[in-house]
Amino acid sequence: MGIMDGIYPKKLRFGEIGLSVVMAVLAAGAIIVAAKAWTPEYAFHAYLFSAAAVAAIFAIANRYTARDAATPQMIDGKPNYNFGPVKFATLAAMFWGLAGFTVGLYIALQLAWPMFNLDLPWFSFGRLRPLHTSAVIFAFGGNVLLATSFYVVQRTCRARLAGDLAPWFVVLGYNFFILIAGTGYLLGITQGKEYAEPEWYADLWLTVVWVTYLLVFLGTLWKREEPHIYVANWFYLAFIVTIAVLHLGNNASVPVSIYSSKSYIVWSGVQDAMIQWWYGHNAVGFFLTAGFLAIMYYFIPKRADRPIYSYRLSIIHFWALIFMYIWAGPHHLHYTALPDWAQTLGMTFSIMLWMPSWGGMINGLMTLSGAWDKLRTDPVLRMMVVSVAFYGMSTFEGPMMSIKSVNSLSHYTDWGIGHVHSGALGWVAYVSFGAIYCLVPWLWNRREVYSLKLVNWHFWVSTIGIVFYITAMWVAGIMQGLMWRAYTALGFLEYSFVETSEAMHPMYIIRALGGGLFLLGAIIMAYNLYKTIRSPEPAALGSRAALVPGE
Amino acid sequence: MEGNPTFEALSAFAATWGMAYFGVIFMIVIAYALWPSKRAQFNAAARIPLSED
Repeated sequence: MGIMDGIYPKKLRFGEIGLSVVMAVLAAGAIIVAAKAWTPEYAFHAYLFSAAAVAAIFAIANRYTARDAATPQMIDGKPNYNFGPVKFATLAAMFWGLAGFTVGLYIALQLAWPMFNLDLPWFSFGRLRPLHTSAVIFAFGGNVLLATSFYVVQRTCRARLAGDLAPWFVVLGYNFFILIAGTGYLLGITQGKEYAEPEWYADLWLTVVWVTYLLVFLGTLWKREEPHIYVANWFYLAFIVTIAVLHLGNNASVPVSIYSSKSYIVWSGVQDAMIQWWYGHNAVGFFLTAGFLAIMYYFIPKRADRPIYSYRLSIIHFWALIFMYIWAGPHHLHYTALPDWAQTLGMTFSIMLWMPSWGGMINGLMTLSGAWDKLRTDPVLRMMVVSVAFYGMSTFEGPMMSIKSVNSLSHYTDWGIGHVHSGALGWVAYVSFGAIYCLVPWLWNRREVYSLKLVNWHFWVSTIGIVFYITAMWVAGIMQGLMWRAYTALGFLEYSFVETSEAMHPMYIIRALGGGLFLLGAIIMAYNLYKTIRSPEPAALGSRAALVPGE
Repeated sequence: MEGNPTFEALSAFAATWGMAYFGVIFMIVIAYALWPSKRAQFNAAARIPLSED
């Protein structure tokens, strides 16, 4: 197909015209909404939409002038991989990671020293906390998933990413959603639902982006050259499909007006709570678990240069995980108005999740069987293997905490925060760091990252940070839970709430120290990646370098 | 406990046949994953990331 260049003149494609028209309509419509908006915050968001739509039209025009007349699927018998969106998402992940970790450190300092609230509404803990959670989960984690899924599906299918503008629309549109969500929290626009804070218009936008994501992924699978769909792609697909369903179910809300940012959910009372935690727990199960297990199933074998320990176990792992996770949500609502049977159901399925979780962990770890020496010499692989160990640890802790009698002690305490961070820092972030350390040299044609020594520093600094964080929160949380349930001889509560806060103060400082070390590690990483990309040395013509024509 | 008869009927149906349905599907998955003659195919599949062009 490459010979078509020059024979046929360059033409605007249907997608380029269509998307430009859609963006023009969006730009004009957003201006009208901005003019009639009920609040200045909402008007600001409408202007952002308008500006982004205009920028999109310019970007499409720019790309048109720069691109060739035809985009071949193959060049010299090899797939013409589309790595532009992958590169963007990789860099965006690093940027949002630094931002999200910084906000996390800041709110940790706020808890230790409340003066950091600065007495300004935009800096209050209630607004910054969702900024932190969304920045690390959806902005950092989401971009890692976008980058790796678009990379892995192309390589394992030996096919160019489906769609022309669509992959770029997914990556840029998703990051625009992050921008709207994040600025919204600071300005006080929120649905007030955990991990589902963005309001209706941001949700609507995300739905469009996400469906496009699904279509790009499915389209790439559809035109694959490799007959078998590698297991990592199954996990990615489960992640994409389930997040779509969860997002729609939990955001079935009706806006007060198209000129208002406020909306109300159609579910009411305890049903709303149940759907929220069906969503919330599966955001953990399918966003933070299935998606990152896909990373494990591709990047660990790749880095270790060994096939996965048991492909059969990976199939059972996949089906068992998706069969069970979806039922575990009610364990977030123990001892509430939720019917008892639903609570017990949630608890039972959470305990059963031990099996697939540990099956997956064993599969990841045993891939190193016979090559454990690589852990000593390769800090990138070590990071990913430690992430799998943390996965095993936090998926042991989680089911234990879902047991009602344990939950009566742990719920609403900082133990929950500790548990979340052993999963988020130890598992999700570490497997992401490992994947990014692999991806950047592959994408930018370098033999290896700039400095493995710095990776080693990153590993140790942040591992110590995680240990500080988790142990501080265990102590703080269990102490807090015990203090809340302590009675005097006369049957009165022994401690007031503020006494528990005072008792936890030292642990809060240790937690902030741990978070600071984790951030320091990420800064080392960013420097290392910057030097990798900017260093002049191109990779020797090894297996990877020759593979990325057309980029 | 007296409940809404429609709810009771639906929940009894779901609890019985829904579970049976999921159970059967899961058994099929296990059989597929462990089928002896598939060994070669799965071993080849496991090497996909390593044998990229």
